[in-house]
Amino acid sequence: MNKNYFEIIRAGINSTFQDLGRSNLHHIGIPFSGAMDNRNYLLANKLTGNNHNDPVIEFAYQGPHLKYHGDKINIAITGDVSFKIKKGDNLINGECYQSFILENDDELDIISTNKSVYGYLAISGTFNLKFQWSSCSTNTKAKIGSNNGEKLSVNQKINVKEINNNFVLRKLNYVNTKIENIRVIKGTNFNYFSEEGKKIFFKNEFKVSKLSDRMGMRLEGKKIENMVDTNIRSEGLIKGVIQVPADGNPIIMLSDHGTIGGYPKIGVVVSADYDKLVQLTPGSKVKFQEVDLSSAETLFKLYDLETQNLISQI
Amino acid sequence: MIKNISNLGDAALYCDFGKDVNKDINTQVIKYFKTIQKKNISGVSNITPSYNKLIISFDLKKINFNKLKKIIDNIEIIKGDSIQNKKFEIPVCCEKEFSLDIKRLEEKLNMKEEKIYESFFEKEFFCYMTGFIAGMPFLGDLDENLRAKRLDTPRVKVPKGSIGLTEQFANIYTFESPGGWNIIGNTPLNIFDSNKEKEPNLINPGDLVTFKRISKEKYQNYHE
Repeated sequence: MNKNYFEIIRAGINSTFQDLGRSNLHHIGIPFSGAMDNRNYLLANKLTGNNHNDPVIEFAYQGPHLKYHGDKINIAITGDVSFKIKKGDNLINGECYQSFILENDDELDIISTNKSVYGYLAISGTFNLKFQWSSCSTNTKAKIGSNNGEKLSVNQKINVKEINNNFVLRKLNYVNTKIENIRVIKGTNFNYFSEEGKKIFFKNEFKVSKLSDRMGMRLEGKKIENMVDTNIRSEGLIKGVIQVPADGNPIIMLSDHGTIGGYPKIGVVVSADYDKLVQLTPGSKVKFQEVDLSSAETLFKLYDLETQNLISQI
Repeated sequence: MIKNISNLGDAALYCDFGKDVNKDINTQVIKYFKTIQKKNISGVSNITPSYNKLIISFDLKKINFNKLKKIIDNIEIIKGDSIQNKKFEIPVCCEKEFSLDIKRLEEKLNMKEEKIYESFFEKEFFCYMTGFIAGMPFLGDLDENLRAKRLDTPRVKVPKGSIGLTEQFANIYTFESPGGWNIIGNTPLNIFDSNKEKEPNLINPGDLVTFKRISKEKYQNYHE
């Protein structure tokens, strides 16, 4: 058992196991979770010949430094990431969207993401993980998912359950682009805000705050004034909802968000822009742009088509 | 009954049951929730009931707003299924280190600390919904004179076990989380257990809850 494993030399800032997340549990307060950047998650699995919904390691900013022990295995990293592979005395500069072979005693040092937050590491095979509610996705706040709901830490092993014998080296030409205009649909409390506040929301720039994580992204900018009530009756939330509490600064709900919230909803980020939204680093400047429902649906179709197209190129 | 259905973004239905918040409306919401849950509609990824709203999110690859709205518009509510009431007594310690917002509340409500606690501990609460974070119960109704707004800027970290008040409701932070409720105490009792996949929540919608004040010593030596 577990003769193939990764030793963790450095765990990274927030390295967790993720997959497509868990559905239909909002009513008991369990968020969807899953990989923040869905497209890069899917591409990592395709590059290593896995099933599209297999678990991967998601890391934020600084990734893990791992030493591999066991039989030959393929790995791939997606996102905008700097990493190195050490084979004996040989140090190889890694490239994203390309699979690499790791052999016994090789090291993989995921130094950091570049102009983005999240990156993904997939292996050609499966990790030995505990699933909760049919998903491995780790929610460190609720302590749910694999690895006892914790992020990876030094002095632990990552066990490989099975290696698929898929050693074809795969490559994709793809560069992540950064988003500046986030498209949104007006929220259910849009009319709570003053004319000036609405104008600020759609015309002014906002800065991504340091207080952003897998639960939410806080933004800073000119105060958005509320004319009706700075509280609403607590009600369900979905990812992408932009709430504005009394201090007038927007907060965008991300994959580990609370399932219920009581601040007015000024807008909702369209599904097509979500993967790029989560990659915005603190200090990034963004603007909101209004679209209607049917445009948002069309944008999603295009986004999904592009993702499928990238997957089929691998 | 649902008064209006609109879209929340491009991947969710926002079902509005009207402005009022009371047990009858909430029971309606729960009935819709149960009916839709039983229908297993393909593409539905979450159904989130709250006091007077029901949010149904979906996978945009499988279904869209107009198609799902048509299904929900024509749904027939299952009769029966009365909500069962379990009763719980939750121990709470109100020492300074736990009652983070009691001073703020004294000002907001123009009421002395002792009066706030007196009114709070006398009440029997009804659980309207669970959520925000896993297992957090939303309990009502607080007396009129205890109703305060949330903090202007929510805390980045509210400690596990915190008891919070806002408007007509009380809640329990089942683990450390961001949050904006006015914190008046802390319970040593575990309200959520992720190892019980079938029933992770101690308190569920429809249950009845009272709080009991305990000393710091009792708090520290508390065993379930």
